[in-house]
Amino acid sequence: MSMMDSQRMQRLREFARPDRVFDFMAPAESPVDVRHGPILYLEDVSVSFDGFKAIDNLNLTIDDGELRCIIGPNGAGKTTMMDIITGKTRPDRGQAWFGSRHNLLQMDEPQIANLGIGRKFQKPTVFEALSVNANLELAMAGDRRVWKTLLARLDHEGRERIDEVMEIIGLSGERDRLAGVLSHGQKQWLEIGMLLMQRPRLLLVDEPVAGMTEPEMHRTAELMTRLAGQQSVVVVEHDMGFVRSIARTVTVLHQGSVLAEGSMDEVANDPRVIDVYLGGDESSDVREGT
Amino acid sequence: MSLATMFKRNSLLDERSTWITSVVLIVGMLAVVVLHALPPDHAWHLNGSVVSLLGKYLTYMLLALAVDLIWGYLGILSLGHGAFFALGGYAMGLYLTAQQAPLAPWQAVMAHFPVAALAVILAPGLLALVFGWLAFRSRVTGVYFSIITQALTFALMLAFNRNEMAMGGSTGLTRFDELLGFALAGEGMTVALFVASGVAVLLAFWGCKAVTRSRLGRVCMATRDAEARVRFIGYRVEHVKLAVFVLSAMIAGIAGALYVPQVGIINPSTFAPLFSIEVVVWVALGGRATLYGALLGALVVNYLKTLLTGVMPDAWLFLLGGLFVVVTMFLPQGVAGLMAHLRRRREVTA
Repeated sequence: MSMMDSQRMQRLREFARPDRVFDFMAPAESPVDVRHGPILYLEDVSVSFDGFKAIDNLNLTIDDGELRCIIGPNGAGKTTMMDIITGKTRPDRGQAWFGSRHNLLQMDEPQIANLGIGRKFQKPTVFEALSVNANLELAMAGDRRVWKTLLARLDHEGRERIDEVMEIIGLSGERDRLAGVLSHGQKQWLEIGMLLMQRPRLLLVDEPVAGMTEPEMHRTAELMTRLAGQQSVVVVEHDMGFVRSIARTVTVLHQGSVLAEGSMDEVANDPRVIDVYLGGDESSDVREGT
Repeated sequence: MSLATMFKRNSLLDERSTWITSVVLIVGMLAVVVLHALPPDHAWHLNGSVVSLLGKYLTYMLLALAVDLIWGYLGILSLGHGAFFALGGYAMGLYLTAQQAPLAPWQAVMAHFPVAALAVILAPGLLALVFGWLAFRSRVTGVYFSIITQALTFALMLAFNRNEMAMGGSTGLTRFDELLGFALAGEGMTVALFVASGVAVLLAFWGCKAVTRSRLGRVCMATRDAEARVRFIGYRVEHVKLAVFVLSAMIAGIAGALYVPQVGIINPSTFAPLFSIEVVVWVALGGRATLYGALLGALVVNYLKTLLTGVMPDAWLFLLGGLFVVVTMFLPQGVAGLMAHLRRRREVTA
């Protein structure tokens, strides 16, 4: 009885803390708070589809400014994890926080996107009927309400931002071309550029070098390394050579949870990781990496 | 020719099509008015029934514009836009009957023109708002959305057929006498309604053009091509769809309101699913996502319909079906796409 009382008392005290406003009165668009640690925090997240556990007690933290690579065999839950972070899929259990203030499980896709989480799909997804310039303009951070969008004009600052991003992704010469006629690699870069226009704090990049030629892959690796530091970047990738060229910390996913985490060398020599990859198509890839 | 210059030329063509369409509309309207004003025994005189027929075409063009706005630019295929057209029409019909004797006591309020004018816009707008909110919130898209729009217009047709609705039952609303205090039967009224329809088409064309050329218009096209990407860059896709859908329904309602006094009747057959499908055929034939294509398609198909139903009424549906098959198979961009293609080819060979 007294314990319950003290618990209740504590909750009341927490609720009425003098040093902060009530949660329900706090502005929804408050900036991401990373003073107390990671920018992304997943705890005990589980989700199953028709009895199949796609994500099983997943724990993952990403620090501010970190570049993290996530590898794992097909069906390890990489894409589902991104779906959960971006609000497309709701987990059955667990916690997902962006900074220490924003509960991702209470928000939908546009809210999460406007909060500063950008996502690149596995298949390059750009607006093919629009020019490169228009693609970037649409992605630019700003007021997304219908009426504001109708009246929106591209200002000087916006134009400079577009030029800047075009420079970063190396598409300055393609400004007025339709996105639909770009090469596969250029579409991938354009999509990354669109993420940058959102001014994200966290970039989720799903298989950025799939289908790329060797030189394109090198440029993408450069791009990824350049982006990390200004924002946190999480890259999901199959290509071990690419992962090795950019990775500082690698997380291995297997059957929906984290199997190993560490530097590329540590992970590649981990007997459990080798075991998981052995017999799979990607076993040779891991050894190649060692 | 590099693809970059092709894009530039395409956007230029887009600009050019806007003023060509505007000029053709204005000159055409003036020509009809002038030809009608000629003495009746003059060889070029247009009589009142022809002017009235052209006025009806103009309201169809307005309806086609509304369909193109959501189908061409947003990729939402509504097979029930006739419902919004008919609601606007019924609002106007109630106003016209209320001038003499309203069918039900509550309809007396419709005798005031401002109330009726508001109802013309709000009735279709509200229906689109509620229906669209439910559909887009649940992310109903593609063919499923098309099917429920068919169900919507069919359900409304059944409802308006009932006498309890006090909307004239299966006969609908007819026997109109006067509009804004002027007799409907006069030649002057025929010309006035024709001009009003023409002005409405012109204003709606410019309005739709402004919307499609704005950033919102580009968000629409982006939604049409890659909806998930639009959501993940932070736009509320369902709000965008809802806003444009409601705008489109309101334009359709205005078209219906202009249609009713020119044909003198509105009945539940306007809610028929077939009519809504026919509207989609006009737009497909003219060319989607161009706006002027929709205007052209509505005019051409309806002119053909008038011609053919006069000569051999049985053949019309076969021709309409045939046209749709031919356009779908050989002209996916419609007549507008064919014209753009020919122009490009001429420029390449020149």
